Order: sequence, then C-alpha cells, then structure tokens
Amino acid sequence: MNQGRFNQMKYIDEYRDTELGKSLIKRIARLSKKPVKLMEFCGGHTVSILKHGIRQLLPAHIEMLSGPGCPVCVTSVAEIDKAVCLARKHGAIVACFGDMLRVPGSNSSLQRAKAEGADVRVVYSTQDALEIARQNPLKPVAFIGVGFETTAPTVAASVLHAFTEGLTNYYILSLHKLCPPVMKTLLVSHEIELDGIICPGHVCAITGSKPFEFIGREHDIAAVISGFEPLDILLAVEMLIKQIENGEHTLENAYTRVVRDEGNRQAINIMNEVFETSASYWRGIGIVPESGLRLRDKYRGFDAEAAFEIEQPSLKENPGCICGEILRGVKKPYDCFLFKDVCDPEHPVGPCMVSAEGACSAYYLYGGENE
Amino acid sequence: MCLAIPALVKSINGETAEVEVGGVVRKVSRTLTPEVNPGDYVLLHTGYAISVIDEVDALKTLEMLKEIADIESGQV
Repeated sequence: MNQGRFNQMKYIDEYRDTELGKSLIKRIARLSKKPVKLMEFCGGHTVSILKHGIRQLLPAHIEMLSGPGCPVCVTSVAEIDKAVCLARKHGAIVACFGDMLRVPGSNSSLQRAKAEGADVRVVYSTQDALEIARQNPLKPVAFIGVGFETTAPTVAASVLHAFTEGLTNYYILSLHKLCPPVMKTLLVSHEIELDGIICPGHVCAITGSKPFEFIGREHDIAAVISGFEPLDILLAVEMLIKQIENGEHTLENAYTRVVRDEGNRQAINIMNEVFETSASYWRGIGIVPESGLRLRDKYRGFDAEAAFEIEQPSLKENPGCICGEILRGVKKPYDCFLFKDVCDPEHPVGPCMVSAEGACSAYYLYGGENE
Repeated sequence: MCLAIPALVKSINGETAEVEVGGVVRKVSRTLTPEVNPGDYVLLHTGYAISVIDEVDALKTLEMLKEIADIESGQV
C-alpha cells in the first residue's frame, strides 16, 4: 500500500491508503473469533492479496484459498491443442491475449508453434484482431476467445462488427467460461467446506449480483462482491467475517462503484445475441454443464471449430502437476513437489504458473513461503 | 485476465471514446457502455469500457472506510 504520492490515480490510490487498511485489519482481528475458510474465486484477487501482503496481515485463523477464477488456468489441454492446430495445420493467423502463448497443450504451445513458423500474434483487444483480419483479407484470422463474463462481451462485440462489415475471414475459437455454474459445481462437491466467498468484481460488473445470490440462498455460505484494490478486499473480508460471526449468509456488494444489481444490460444483450451456453471442460474440474459459450447458428460462419477440421490428439498432462487440485482450493501451490524446483514462471509445467493470475505464479512471485 | 482499470473519458466520437490512464491517452470502444459521457470514469478492459464508475457510490465506500477507522481508533 502507499500513501500521499503525487499524480494520484483516481479510484486506485484512495483504495490503497495505509491507515485505513490498518483500521480494517484491526477491526477484522477484533470481530473474528472462530477459524474460517474463505475462498477468493478470482485470480486477480489472489494476486492482489499476495502482492499487498494481506494474507500475512490477517489473523492466522482466517484461511484464504484460491479458486478457479483464472480463465487461462482452467483452459483445458484439448482447447490449447485446438488453438495450436489452427495455427499449424490451417495456416490461420492466430490472434490471442499474451497469457495464452505459453500454456502447454499435449505436445506444444502457441509459443512453440510460433517459433516453428506459425503466424501467432499477441493482441491487446479483439479490435486489434479485427484490424488484422481487415488487413489480411486472403488469410483466415482466428481469435482465441478466452475469458469469463468480463471478456466474452468484448469478443461478442467483435463478431457483431465483423458481421456488420461483412468480414468473411474472421473466426473465433470460443473457449469462454462462465463463473456461477462452476461455483455451483465446487460447492455441491463438498470437497472443501467454505465459510465465505469473495466474488469476482469484474465478472459481476457485467452479470450483476443476482447470478451469485444462490451461494447464500442454497449453500448457506457468506458471499461478498469485491473490487481489486487492497482496501476493497479487506472490506470484503470484514463484511464476510461479520456475516459469519452473526450466523448470516447472504450476498453483499462491497464494490458498489462498479457493480449494479442488474449488471451491464448492454453487454449482456450483446453476449446473448452472439453466444449461447454449452457444456465446457474445466482443467482440474471436468465437464460443467452450461458453463461454456458457443456461437449461435446465426453467427456460425465465425466459428473456427465449424470452419476448420480440428484434430483431437490424445490428452497428455504432466502427472506430477496438481493445478487441478489448486484450482479447486483443495491444495496450495507449495503442496506441489514441482513448485519452484521444477516449475517456475520461466519454465512453467502447468497453467497456474503460466498465467500472471495463476495461484502458483502469484505464490512464486509474492509469497511462496512454505507454511 | 479480468483485469480492468479506471480511465477518465476525455471525448467521444461515435462508438469510440478517448480516455486517459495515468497521463496516457488512447482510444477505446464504448460499444458496451453507450451511456458514457466526457468527464466520466470508466472501467477499461481489453480496449473496451465495460462499466461507468459511480462517483457517489465510490465516495460512500470511502466514507464508510473512514467511519471504520474512527471507530477502531477508539478501540483498544
């Protein structure tokens, strides 16, 4: 956290104030009586918690577990293989976010395909991918659509643009995933018994709060929607502890400056216009019904899987890698015998070490001490 | 991946908004937030404004944090 520097960044620096942070920590310590397990669903929260040292500042009996909320981490080996196949076999220009490059598939990665001559380009936005398609009208351009509800509307918007413009060489490999269904799967499994969940603020910016109300209603678990600055997260923890100590379990919103009950209707409408839900395979979790997004029939012409024959190699994951258990909150990165010795951000074995938001990467960079 | 940062909207031209982040100005899409106006702060994600930040709610949260600090300063 920092204090009183020049060129304040509005809506960032106010939520990093050291003194206000100390008071929240004091209050949490005062209110919290019993041991609790809290899960931060989102990888962005994991990074912020570790980067700002929040785990060490909280009382030891408040255990923080990382969840599956890292889109790159939960992308399956088979899905990476599809992207690699598009780049290698079909001569497509593959456009993707930078995080995706190094995620290992069965035998290769997009980075390796690129090194071997495939045309793989890192883009910041689907707008960049559209521009590549406009400038290369004779080549297929496939955007690797990875991300949760936060990102899917931006990909849907690019499809609508391509549709309106009549672009015929722009394709989406839709690997999108939805958060509430996988949360349900985790809670129904009872593999870990949680007392509270920090809900993903930027997913909720799109979906609104309603899709997460089932957590308290059906599972008797406290839930708070949180922003990503340290004070946002501490406030969410304080609200969770209050609920838990009072025996309550409802959904509260600690990120009201961004999240409305109804979400972003425009984004939801665009997403629903282009995509429909489908079953999706989550690395470490398995097939989760209604947790994926595929292009609707009207936009099937933009579907890379419909346009190209994509071969399915036999799936190979490193048997020593415990990313799956880490994504379910059952184990922590330092429980993995590959962690640090074999697997590090330079030589990642599993996706949780590849993604900047992966739990292994965050523990490695900011707090990978064995406990 | 769900990383999104606050950006100040400087001007609007059709579906595009010019925004400033830490002194850097860039063009972003407002397809997902057509209601945005110059002077608003938006949450920026992969080149799209995905939400307009509510200043009144932001101040309320800060007030609440200050109240907590006042209460805790009185506690032993």
